[in-house]
Parts: sequence; C-alpha cells; structure tokens
Amino acid sequence: MPQYRRADRIHQMLENYLPVLIFIAVGLVFGAFMVVLGMILSPSRPDDEKLSRYECGFEAFAGARSEFDVRFYLVAILFIIFDLEIAFLFPWATVLRELGLFGLLSMTLFLAILVVGFIYEWKKGALQWE
Amino acid sequence: MNFIHPQFSLALPEMILLGMISIILIADLFISDKGRVVTYLMTQATLVLAAIATAAVMGADVALSFNGHFIIDPLASLTKLFIYLVSMVAFAYSRSYLIERDMYRGEYFVLGLTAVLGMMVLASAHSLLTLYLGLELLSLSLYAMVGLRRDSSQAAEAAMKYFVLGAMASAMLLYGMSMIYGATGTLNLWEIRDAVAEGSGHSLVLIFGLVFLMVGVAFKLGAAPFHMWVPDVYHGAPTSVTLFLSSAPKLAAFVLMIRLLVDALPALASAWSDMLVIIAVLSIVLGNVIAIAQLNIKRMLAYSGISHIGFLLLGVLSATPEGYAAAFYYAIVYAIMSLGGFAMVLVMSRQGFEADELSDYAGLNERSPIIALMMLFIMFSMAGVPPLLGFWAKLAVIQAIVAVEYYQLAVLAVLFSVVGAFYYLRVIRIIYFDKPTERRELKPANDLKVIFIANAMLVLLLGLFPESLMNLCQSAFIY
Repeated sequence: MPQYRRADRIHQMLENYLPVLIFIAVGLVFGAFMVVLGMILSPSRPDDEKLSRYECGFEAFAGARSEFDVRFYLVAILFIIFDLEIAFLFPWATVLRELGLFGLLSMTLFLAILVVGFIYEWKKGALQWE
Repeated sequence: MNFIHPQFSLALPEMILLGMISIILIADLFISDKGRVVTYLMTQATLVLAAIATAAVMGADVALSFNGHFIIDPLASLTKLFIYLVSMVAFAYSRSYLIERDMYRGEYFVLGLTAVLGMMVLASAHSLLTLYLGLELLSLSLYAMVGLRRDSSQAAEAAMKYFVLGAMASAMLLYGMSMIYGATGTLNLWEIRDAVAEGSGHSLVLIFGLVFLMVGVAFKLGAAPFHMWVPDVYHGAPTSVTLFLSSAPKLAAFVLMIRLLVDALPALASAWSDMLVIIAVLSIVLGNVIAIAQLNIKRMLAYSGISHIGFLLLGVLSATPEGYAAAFYYAIVYAIMSLGGFAMVLVMSRQGFEADELSDYAGLNERSPIIALMMLFIMFSMAGVPPLLGFWAKLAVIQAIVAVEYYQLAVLAVLFSVVGAFYYLRVIRIIYFDKPTERRELKPANDLKVIFIANAMLVLLLGLFPESLMNLCQSAFIY
C-alpha cells in the first residue's frame, strides 16, 4: 500500500520538526518571562545622568550611530562569499573518502568558479583600500 | 550509500554557458575599452553555442537527470531556444545604446548571460529546488542590471524598488513551496503531482501553499494586482535593460508557472484556475485603462505589458493543453513585440536624449518613413490588428477560453483589446499626423536599424504565416 507509506513518511518528517517547535515555544516563554520579571521586580529611578550616553573613562564625544565608510560594506560582502565557501568545505571534507574522485572534482569545480570571482574582484581593485 | 552519477550531457547547454561566463568575465578584465567589441562578440557566440548544444540534446522524449531535479522535454528545449534568440536580439539592440551612454562594459554582458543561465535552469527545472535556484539567479542578475547606471538616481530607485519587492515575492514563493513540501513530503514535481492525486496531502495546506505560489508567480510575471513595480522599473531602468527585462524573462516566468501549476499541481486546477481568472481580469482591465493616461512611452509599454500578461493568463486558466499552447504562443509573441516596442525608443534615442516621451515621436514619418512604417507594424500588432502577429496570439487565447465556455471572459478580453487599441493608435497618430517638433535627421546605428526592421518584418511575416510557430508551441504540450 504505497499511499500509507507516503502519508507515514510525511507524518514522520513533520515529527522530526517537533523538537524545533518545542524549542521555539520554550525560548519565547523563557525570554518573555525574564524580561517581565525584570520589569516588575527591579526599581526604576531614571535621571538625566543615567539616561545620557557614556563612554568609558571620559566625556562622550560622539553618538554610536555615526557614519561608516561605505568601503566596509564591500569588504563585508567579499568576506561573506569566502566565509560561506568554508561552510561548504567542512562537511565535504568529513565525507571525502566516501565521495571519492567525483566529490573531489565537484569541489574543485566549485572552487574554480569562486577563483574566477576572486580574480575579477582583485583585478577590479576591490581589495585595495585606496 | 547509493549515489548515482547524474547524466551530465543533458545539462550541456548550461555547462557551456557557465564556462563561457567565467571566461568572458576574466577575458574582459584584460580587454581595453577600445576592444570591448570582443566581449560583445563572445557573448553572442556563447548564445549560439548554447543554442547548438540545446538542439543537440533536444529530443521528442522526456529525459530526467540529477536525481529528477532536471528535465529535458520539448517545453524546456523550445523555451531555451527562444530565450537565446530573444537575448541575442536584445544584446544586439543594446550595443550602440550602451556605447553612447558609457555603459559598454563587460559587466553588462556577463550579468545578461547569468540571467540567461538562470532562465535556462528555470526552463529545465523539475523540482521546487531547481525552480527557485533558477529564479533567484535570474532575478539577482536583473536587479544588478537595472541598477547598472549608478549615477542615475532614477535607475537606483528602480533597482531598489525592484530588489525589495522582488525579494518579498521570492519569499512568498518560497513560503508557498515550503507548504507544498510539508503537505506532500517531496520536492520533485511529478512526485508532488502523484501525492496530490493520491489525496495523501492535506488539502487545506496545499491550497494555502498554492495561494503563496500564485502571488510569487504573478509578481514575477508582473500581473495585477502585483504589478506595482513594473512601470517604475521599466521607466527607471536604462532602455536597453528594460528591453531585455520585458522580453526573455517573461518566457521564463511563463515556464515557472507551467511547471508549478500544470506539472506539479494539476489536481488543483479548479482552484488555481479561479485565482487566475481574477488576476487575468484585473491585469487586462488595469493595464489597458491606465496605459491610456501615460505620456511616457516606456510607462505606456509597461502597462501594455501588464495587459498582455493578462491575456497570456487567459490561456493558462483554461487548463487545457490547447490553452497552455496558446499561452506559450502568446509569451513568445509578446517577447518579440516587446523587443520591437522598446527598440522604438532605442532607435529614437541618441547621446543625451532618451526619447521616452510620446511627444518626441511627433511627425516621425517626415523624418524617416521606413522607421515610422516599422513602428506602425509593431503598434498594430500589439493592438491585435490582423494580419499581424499579435492578432493571432489574442485569437489563440480567446479560442482557448471559449472552448472551456468562459464566454464572459472572452467578451471582456475583446472589449478591452478595443480599449487598448486607443493608446496604440495614438502613438501612430502622433507619428503620422502631428507636426514634427524637430527636423534633425534620424541616424540610428546601422545594426540597430537593420535588426529593428527585421524585428518588425518578423511581426508581419509570422502574422501572415502563423501556422508554423503555433504548431511548434503545440508540440511542447503533447503529453
């Protein structure tokens, strides 16, 4: 009876997500509980001095929300690409023996495509600060 | 562990394209501005190579690969061939426009080719995963292309709007896909179809997922009420990008819709057919009525595009193979006409002058009768005047809905194509009967002029002999 098996499989798949659901529920309840507890129990006596911004040891000279050099974004974007690549490499490395030559070639191809992008950004001067 | 090596040869066109994209990206770095034509020619050669490869792997049979994630069937192969053709024409149209505006860079062509790669993956997708992968590759390339002109605030606004709304549509689509996956337990389109037919999926979850899928697809197609981005993006993007954006990706979005609705969820046809009725009616009415108020030709063509998508949906909502074939035909015809429509703007524009106001076309007949005549063909075709191509496309979809006895819809479609004729004819009136505001001789680049004339003549010739293209479209839907 294939249709029972399929229905069972779906049921099983959804059951696998049950711990995630419980985790989310517990997380929400616990988080809300702590915040509410703090609000109820802690004394609240604000004054100007307490609410003003501060820096360690000296008078504050600028707000934290200052402008960033836009070039940081470029660096961050480039970083993400190569960071994600590592995320692919780790699981691949652990099962490389089983994947054999096919796995090795697949990853080589993947890295080769990344290198194309790397050459591009290098030649375009994206890695230079000035 | 039972790992089956995929049959790589079926994906040969995609592999060729990816390889060539990498080569062009690197090669362009070492090409000086004067030798940029090499990049351009390599781009066109890539599309020719991909077309040859597609023709080689094309067969009458259906073949699956990559664990059922990838399919080669007549619909996929035909769509790809038309996408190459339309993209080649779009690149050829853009060349002189890009040179005049200092946008003649390798990135334009590389992004264009990645968009084509995304469309190819989309056309051959056979699971929710590959569908989404292809769609994102296509969309991300298009966002970047729209914003390619960084110093133009209009283009930046268009790109931002397109990106934010597009990301939201993708999220909707993805959410719908997750619902379908949750209900059926599989990503493979045919397995979804079987699961739904067996009735093992929860019907409420399926319908819930279907609604979200529909929102995503309607957005990507630019159908009302998810059309808000279309006029702004078409208007703000550089004209050559608008031309590309409005042609080939519509074919891809059509295949996305067919794969999701017809391949995966035929059992829910009564549900999605009703949704499509609403979307189609809104698109046809809104597109045609608002287009009348537009004085900017790019915005006018954007609204006209919305109404054309409405007509295309008429074919799909009939839920018959004839209807799908008619809609496929409409998608191809729209792509050809849209190329011609935006090429009108390209032909008229020159350095420092975009020619996107209707008044710029006044008295064009006195300045260049041949180009005026070609524009007449394209406008008449969009309006659906026989014997031009647009007429046959409208006829095919209306026949398809009459065959399933949607008479009111057919009457509405005919009525609003008459409303639509008003603003197409207005363009013709301006070209032929208004006094020209400038006398300067019209000098488009030679290749632009030749392709424009060929494009308009194609609209005429295919209109005179509509059978061959129609038969081709029908061959994609024989199951």
